[in-house]
Amino acid sequence: MAFSLDEAFGMHPQAVAVRSKRMQIIASNLANADTPGYQARDIDFRELLRNEQNSRIVRTHARHLGGNAINNTTGSELKYRVPLQPAQDGNTVEPQFEQAIFADNAIRFQASLMFLDGRIRSLSDAITGGLR
Amino acid sequence: MSMFRIFEIAGSGMAAQSVRLNVTASNLANADMVAGSPGEVYRKRQPVFATYMDPMRPDPATAGVRVTNISTSSAQPQKNYEPGHPSANAEGYVYRANVDSVEEMVNMMSAARSYQNNIEILNTTKELMLRTLNMGR
Repeated sequence: MAFSLDEAFGMHPQAVAVRSKRMQIIASNLANADTPGYQARDIDFRELLRNEQNSRIVRTHARHLGGNAINNTTGSELKYRVPLQPAQDGNTVEPQFEQAIFADNAIRFQASLMFLDGRIRSLSDAITGGLR
Repeated sequence: MSMFRIFEIAGSGMAAQSVRLNVTASNLANADMVAGSPGEVYRKRQPVFATYMDPMRPDPATAGVRVTNISTSSAQPQKNYEPGHPSANAEGYVYRANVDSVEEMVNMMSAARSYQNNIEILNTTKELMLRTLNMGR
């Protein structure tokens, strides 16, 4: 039986990668909450995850390297956040909003980790026959 | 793993905010300073923040912050006529520091909140990384 770890884990490894990228961006936003002229950035999670999955599929030759969209960000997938109340110094970071998004992202990150954890546990149960 | 960069980002935020707290503390400590000439009197200081990216790997998604300069206010210090004051000059004038304590208190609270935000980010990231390490155990 052909078995691929990639398929066993589904989309979760990519989801974790995109989530950690997003955490990094939100951390940048919050660190720059008081920097004049700084504009808050974010990514479209759905779009980036789709790119990440497509970049693995679109390979026309078996020896092509799989593209990894997450680790080489060109900046084009980074979008600017539209502020609710822009500050006078040109800063568009809204800390409360960013914190809410950070918490949301952290929970979803944990959910993906739990799914992965479950998959790993079931695989290891299948290998050892439930004996550990 | 790119999550290690979050520690650098949040760390840079905490460092910048602590400089801001420091400057606020000096402003408040010198708020009541009085001198006989405008050159001697304390002038309000303010840190200047700027976005910082790693010059080796400039990535807009990994933008820290750093203090590029501490600017000194050029506003004229308050001039009062107090001939009885020990620091008064020959004409009887004294100069008071141009520090507004209310403004400084607000600045201090804002810096403290931003510092807390960065700590929150550090804690959450640490927690998530530990969970990732323990995955499948």
